[in-house]
Amino acid sequence: MATAQTTWGGAPSGRQRAVAERTQRSIRRRRVRSHIMIGLMYAAAVIAILPLLLIVIHLLRMGASSLNLAFFTQTQRPPGEAGGGMANAIVGTLILIAIASAVGLPVGIGAGLYLAEKRATLLATTVRFLADVLNGLPSIVMGIFAWSLLVKPVKHFSALAGGMALGAMMIPMVTRTTEEMVRLVPISLREAALALGYSRWRTSLSIVLRTALGGIVTGALVAMARIAGETAPLLFTALGNQFWSTSLRAPIAALPLQIYNYAISPYDEWHTQAWAAAVVLVGIVLVISLAARVATRRRYGAGD
Amino acid sequence: MTEIVARDAAQAAAATGVPTRPSRSWTEIGSEIGDRIYSWSITGFAAFVPILLLLIFLAVGLAAWPALRTFGFSFLTSSDWDPVAGHFGAAPAIYGTIVSSLLALLIATPLALGVAVFLSEFAPPWLRQPVAFGVDMLAAVPSVIYGLWGIFVLIPFLREFLMPFLRDTLHLGVLPLFNGPAYGSSMLAAGLILAIMCLPYISAVTREVLLAVPRSQREAAVGLGATRWEVIRDAVIPYARSGIIGGIILGLGRALGETMAVTMLIGNRHEISASLFAPGYTMASLIANEFSEATGDLHLSALMAVGFVLLLVTFLVNAIARWLVWQTAKER
Repeated sequence: MATAQTTWGGAPSGRQRAVAERTQRSIRRRRVRSHIMIGLMYAAAVIAILPLLLIVIHLLRMGASSLNLAFFTQTQRPPGEAGGGMANAIVGTLILIAIASAVGLPVGIGAGLYLAEKRATLLATTVRFLADVLNGLPSIVMGIFAWSLLVKPVKHFSALAGGMALGAMMIPMVTRTTEEMVRLVPISLREAALALGYSRWRTSLSIVLRTALGGIVTGALVAMARIAGETAPLLFTALGNQFWSTSLRAPIAALPLQIYNYAISPYDEWHTQAWAAAVVLVGIVLVISLAARVATRRRYGAGD
Repeated sequence: MTEIVARDAAQAAAATGVPTRPSRSWTEIGSEIGDRIYSWSITGFAAFVPILLLLIFLAVGLAAWPALRTFGFSFLTSSDWDPVAGHFGAAPAIYGTIVSSLLALLIATPLALGVAVFLSEFAPPWLRQPVAFGVDMLAAVPSVIYGLWGIFVLIPFLREFLMPFLRDTLHLGVLPLFNGPAYGSSMLAAGLILAIMCLPYISAVTREVLLAVPRSQREAAVGLGATRWEVIRDAVIPYARSGIIGGIILGLGRALGETMAVTMLIGNRHEISASLFAPGYTMASLIANEFSEATGDLHLSALMAVGFVLLLVTFLVNAIARWLVWQTAKER
């Protein structure tokens, strides 16, 4: 390719040989540079994964040792006293997730159905765009929002306000995943149902939504996993509670809040408890994520 | 069944002498009502999304109003934050937000682009899955756990090793950027943790737009004799540029509003300092840290005003980023 071509036959002149040599050298240089850049990209991948490995290692080393039965069955002890647990915070987190899902899932799935069915309307384009923007808003803003709407007027913090704040965060996430999943359902399926005399709403709910259900469940679980660890909105709404409480109208304990409060406290016993709570929280997130994976697999298994 | 109903209806109509339209059976009417209810309810759910956004702006704006009215524009420029005297200026928090986010982007962007290009172009198949999973997991770790890890692992590391190393061993202490005592809790710590946290977002979007670059673009470059790196640099990246920039801005949006990890690591002090070793504040960490101890309505309102500024900024940043990503993805 880069060999010197003589214009009218015969041996290449000195000048042509020099050109050829220069080309060869430049090719070698470009190849070396290419190898270096590819090497750097491998390095970037290693560096990007490193923090995750470090966090996992520290979580297991610091947290797993202080996990025991008491952690799951008792509530917090005064500072300086070893032992105690976070049963109330674990239950509180589960309650908050439940409230959030009750608020976020119906609205999110409904809006997602609208986006998938009426793709090109002005409302659909607007909602799609705003859902993406909403998704990127800081969670602390959701906290302030829920505080000024649900806490400030009634003058007390509550589990309900915390769940609502988290639910509002779920809406845009669930909307977008539902839309994507419903769009994956082949149009022929919808047409077949309509041709058989199904009304539109029954086609949408019992044929299209059912077919996309696995994917929608996955999206819902991913959204639940994401809000399970949210702390900032809860500072303004659920507040945390050191005692056992399951009332929706009272402040409620939550694992992320407890981790925050314990981590910035000056007590060593609380620090170890914070690590243990972190292991449990990551465990909850992991279980929900794994469930999401199973739901995806089932969709592919039964989908076609 | 339907026909019987229709026939009965027709007979009844004939008997009473009321004309009916024979083409419409009860089931049809029923399904039409059903259709209408269904259509209304999904439209209602969809309309809830813009309404929610509007409510957020209204609620936060109203809560912020007393402070904004009292201090006006000086709220953004004054660095005097004195709850006792009733003076509130958010300049240090705004400064801290910008510096920590830019620092995070500076560190995260090259890494995220490297990972994204690696995953979409170079990674051998057996490595692609685990690396992609690991990067995704970085986004799944709750913020408060980054904070916990930061307090007990990152900060001691900075205090004992990285800060003295930068300042004394590399003699970077002559620069104001790396000057001063090494407490650990600092702008640098916040920037580092933010870099880790926004990396997965940047790399996910970048990967997505890189996958949208047509094969022909790469093949043409290879056909012209480009090396593997030149294919990326000259053919793939220019094609995906606006999407990549969108991804970086999206990462910026994440970094600007990140709360818990930053609150736990930045040291929370109302000061504008040139040094990255000095503690500072960000808008989000200011709100989170002072909310529970806010005394008086004006103090609370000032915190909400900080929240309102944060809301406006992140809204704009996200809108721009989304628009850029959409532009690229649309060309697919």
